[in-house]
Amino acid sequence: MTIENTEELILNMGPQHPSMHGLFRMVVNLEGETVTKIEPKLGYLHRGMEKLAESRTYAQFIPYTDRLDYLASPHNNWAYVQTVEKLMGVEIPERAEYLRVIFGELARIASHQVCIASTALDMAGWSAWSYAFRDRERICDMYEMTAGSRLTVNIMRIGGIIEPPAEFWPALKSFLNDTPEMIEEYNGIFFGNEIAQGRLKSVGILSKELAENLSITGPVLRASGVNYDVRKAEPYSIYDRFDFNVPVRYGCDSYDRTIIRLDEIVESIKIIKQAVRDIPEGPVMAKVPKVIKPPVGEVYHRVENPKGELGFYIVSDGTTKPARVRIRPATFINLQMLPIVCLGWKIQDVVAIFATLDAVLGEVDK
Amino acid sequence: MDALNNVFVNIAYAIRGLFADPQSVWANLVMSVINFIIVVVIVVLAALILILLERKVAGWTSQRPGPNRLGPRGWFQTIADALKLMGKEDITPAGADKFIFKVAPMIIFSLPMMTLAVIPYGSGMAPIDLDLGIFYFLAISAISTVAFVMAGWGSNNKYSLLGGMRAVAQMISYEIPLLFSLLGVVMITQSFNLGVIVQDQKNIPFILIQPLAFVIYIIAGMAELNRAPFDLVEADQEVVAGPFTEYSGLRWGLFFLGEYGNMTAVSALAATVFLGGWQGPGFFPGWVWFWMKVGVIIFFIMWARWTFPRIRIDHLMHLAWKVLLPLSILNIFLTGLGIYIYRLVMGG
Repeated sequence: MTIENTEELILNMGPQHPSMHGLFRMVVNLEGETVTKIEPKLGYLHRGMEKLAESRTYAQFIPYTDRLDYLASPHNNWAYVQTVEKLMGVEIPERAEYLRVIFGELARIASHQVCIASTALDMAGWSAWSYAFRDRERICDMYEMTAGSRLTVNIMRIGGIIEPPAEFWPALKSFLNDTPEMIEEYNGIFFGNEIAQGRLKSVGILSKELAENLSITGPVLRASGVNYDVRKAEPYSIYDRFDFNVPVRYGCDSYDRTIIRLDEIVESIKIIKQAVRDIPEGPVMAKVPKVIKPPVGEVYHRVENPKGELGFYIVSDGTTKPARVRIRPATFINLQMLPIVCLGWKIQDVVAIFATLDAVLGEVDK
Repeated sequence: MDALNNVFVNIAYAIRGLFADPQSVWANLVMSVINFIIVVVIVVLAALILILLERKVAGWTSQRPGPNRLGPRGWFQTIADALKLMGKEDITPAGADKFIFKVAPMIIFSLPMMTLAVIPYGSGMAPIDLDLGIFYFLAISAISTVAFVMAGWGSNNKYSLLGGMRAVAQMISYEIPLLFSLLGVVMITQSFNLGVIVQDQKNIPFILIQPLAFVIYIIAGMAELNRAPFDLVEADQEVVAGPFTEYSGLRWGLFFLGEYGNMTAVSALAATVFLGGWQGPGFFPGWVWFWMKVGVIIFFIMWARWTFPRIRIDHLMHLAWKVLLPLSILNIFLTGLGIYIYRLVMGG
């Protein structure tokens, strides 16, 4: 029997869909349930961050960067303030550098926990989701002690950071002590689960060549077997002082893209432990003028954000406001792989592949 | 003890005794109506309790309290939910096939009442004592596939359609191992009558003789119920809510009631066929034993749902056709062999 006049089912997923983290929308062509074409549609969360920066002073723009990758706001602050410091040529105190590393790595752990949780949730692993979120709460509590807010943590300043209160340090120590148990639990309930492995292993292969050609960065790239991490390739802040490894996996599949975040949590804990051990006493703010007026010039600076490489490009015309700010978001560029990698997979696998990218739409749409 | 055991049977006799001729047509008719009302009450009560229990189990497995605001420890939560559902607007999508759209939830809701009517809740407590009990049960529960497709097609929504088609693929695949897993017990008891099957488990529950069949039955039963890890039909991360996407208010509530009613029915059949039904080692009346066994199975099903991620669709099919089906056929073969040897030894 031949079937005539068939056509593909065009399914609109998002912007309001349970598995589209935030306001992502994709138009999927389906042959049965097999995906033949995916068209991502972006821009539902566009707030014009780069344009906003032009009408704010340098210091005023720091809170806006919280809203880029809102799961790792200290990293966005950090990338931005370091760019401005580079432009101004400010040296910041030792203690501030260590505190920045501690908060940066805490944010990395929190962000990766959300990634693991949401990947599990997109496959209906409810308990794995709540386990990871339960542990992330403790990091949020530490944020709250320091900054007063739990998600958009605005702690970095141009020239330093704010000093955490005394109760921060015992909380950090007890968190670090409990981390091996947490990782054991994630392994038990999610990564060791046969159904979860079946869902993720050898699904959505992103080859090394494709990953490099698409200029993908972060854990997604490292899960495809490329050893590239800005913290090692171009050490910023004081990352050259710490002894840590860059986890690399060679499976190129969704499973490796997810479990590599667990490896990174382990490495982040190592870094935080060293930083807590070595942190000196002293001031946390450098002497910066009240009115920040960087000299005329332009500068690009990049950091390793939990999702990949986050860069800020700032042009200064010598006034109190930047002439132009350009943000290089990690997940916006990582998202390029979605229409290529998802072809031929079922709609169910597309959800899993999208989850392993750990896209945060605040950063994608800016 | 004996009085407690037979309390419902005695009540039934007493009601019959009110008639001049206890075996007259009128007496039978009244008893049928009473039995029917009891089954409806069981379905609704089960749904009320199970919805809350589900949320509590979800809380326990994921280390959070669950509903705890309304009433003592949140026990009135379901009632509030039901009231809320009644207040919702009843929406029929503009492009829907209205008749099919409206009939589908009613079919889903009516099925557990039909299946629960043949379960023996205690000695002599089956509302309808059918000789073809198991056969009838499976035939009725197979209808739910049709209702899912009706809901999926009638909604005129792409997500619903995908969910409905998944329902066909999944439920028909798992129907076969489900049916085959019960055949071993039927071979041993040589009866389809659930009452006889329970009687035969006086000394030893069939789970000890048919452990493989029990495992297959539970797995296939979970798939048949569309419960996680086999909830592809209503997978909210993929097809939003599958066939239920367009339903609102009480119609959606009927699906919900039907789902929990079906869960009770499948667990009740497992308790009856494999765990010895109302037979127990004393202490409690038989009907209490029965509901305790049902509760254990329901708790297990809920526990699995909140622990496991959802299975991949091709793995789902592999599991049904390449693992469960051969195993269930093997079980039938082994049971036959066992019966043959038993007869040789015992000289039957």
